[in-house]
Amino acid sequence: MNAMIVRRVIPPVLLGLAALVLWEALVIVADIQPYLLPAPTAIGAQLAMVAPALLSAMAATGSNALIGLVAGAAIAVTFALLASRIPAIDHLIAPIVAAIAVVPIVALAPVLTSMFGATSESPRRVVVAIVVFVPVFVNALRGLRQVRPVHRDLMRSYAATNGQLTRHVTLPGALPFVMTGLNVASSLAVISAIVAEYFGGLQNGLGSRITSAAANSAYPRAWAYVVGAIVLGLIFYGITLAIEAATNRRR
Amino acid sequence: MTNATTASVPAVDVRGVTKTFPSRRGDDVTALLDVSLSVHAGEFVSLIGPSGCGKSTLLRIIADLDSPTSGEVSVFGKSASGARRDQDYGIAFQSAGLLPWRTVAANIELPLQLHGMTRPARRARVSELVELVGLSSFASSYPDQLSGGMQQRVAIARALAESPRLLLMDEPFGALDEMTREYMQSELVRIADESAAAVVFVTHSIPEAVFLSNRVVVMSPRPGRIQTIVDVDLGSNRGERLREDAHFFEKVTIVREALHGTPAPHSASRGVDHR
Repeated sequence: MNAMIVRRVIPPVLLGLAALVLWEALVIVADIQPYLLPAPTAIGAQLAMVAPALLSAMAATGSNALIGLVAGAAIAVTFALLASRIPAIDHLIAPIVAAIAVVPIVALAPVLTSMFGATSESPRRVVVAIVVFVPVFVNALRGLRQVRPVHRDLMRSYAATNGQLTRHVTLPGALPFVMTGLNVASSLAVISAIVAEYFGGLQNGLGSRITSAAANSAYPRAWAYVVGAIVLGLIFYGITLAIEAATNRRR
Repeated sequence: MTNATTASVPAVDVRGVTKTFPSRRGDDVTALLDVSLSVHAGEFVSLIGPSGCGKSTLLRIIADLDSPTSGEVSVFGKSASGARRDQDYGIAFQSAGLLPWRTVAANIELPLQLHGMTRPARRARVSELVELVGLSSFASSYPDQLSGGMQQRVAIARALAESPRLLLMDEPFGALDEMTREYMQSELVRIADESAAAVVFVTHSIPEAVFLSNRVVVMSPRPGRIQTIVDVDLGSNRGERLREDAHFFEKVTIVREALHGTPAPHSASRGVDHR
């Protein structure tokens, strides 16, 4: 077990460190200006300096991403359930989903910001929910349609109600598919929460800190916030991966 | 096993059932043509025939999973759908059809849970059932941790959960290897005896049908109809030795020849079928 961890964890960590050393050396030797590419040590120094602000920015963006993710996923699963049960809704919703799938979030964010007002977190959460909706919906619907005929026959032989079929067979069977959708959606949630901040509104999140630092020529600081964004994305991805593994162990 | 005289209402009564499946090109497929069959309470009846003879369709019609095009089916004197709603039968399919996210105990518990039995009562019944099928030490295992034979035993326990008076089985041992299969057959004879349920058992194995049944219904395909019904009655004491008994082979030969459509001259010199 320990040997396996050593073999699987040490090489990528070493590779990352080597890349950082190479990066530092390149910046010094080639005398690269900070606005092009700051040195890792400069970014590290900024990280330490802005740590409290960085953490609060991560919390602000992270909570927007989380609320949007949960809301978008819940709506997506609900609509997928309806579409899998009622053909009319399925036909109605298919073109709407196609339309949502191609909505450019860059176009929607400023409109929503002026709609909700500049002091509201809501436009970011709505943007995240819209982005999250499509992958969760598509995967959930696919999972809900995977009910094995033998399970359907079995539940019919038990004279089970539609609700019982959904609760005991359809939903648990669709869970791995929903998790696959959430996996994709979790990364998209963080990205869209950050991008949504680029279009004005509150200045408390990672996206607005990155733009304001860059606007003030504080390039290492901008990069420090970028590092924060990467960490936040990894946290979201890791948590959904862990939830997926926990729900998958039992099948 | 043969307490057929105790109940006057047959467990299953099929009268003139025809089933046609419409096909896209207009030429309908007749799966069953004018099939009539009566199964007494407590009786073990096998349906045997080549694929396409409609034996599974007949079972599904009895279970009210399909409806006949014409003809009537009654189960314990009720309509097939009434019997299904009243949970008068338990059913097992060729694939065990266990829910992979539920443990062995939770799978067996499913019908009890759906029909509102209290948790303590469920727990007591499930522990009886896992013992009945010899899986007490696997109650908390998941289906993917079990062999095919064990999964099938779970499915049988689940079918027996509500002590049905009728057990419908659609090739439940079809996917098992020969050793496991013979073991499961002996187990099923024991379980059917203990529960005193009538059994309708679909199979395409001749020795299996003869070993298990009071009567073997031989069916022929296109259109599916009953060719003949062979009375087996090898007695209730069916140990492993029965499989090597001359009487057993004689019945196997009769069923086999009925299946192949040749008359069955009763001569001891004829080769017996060991399959």
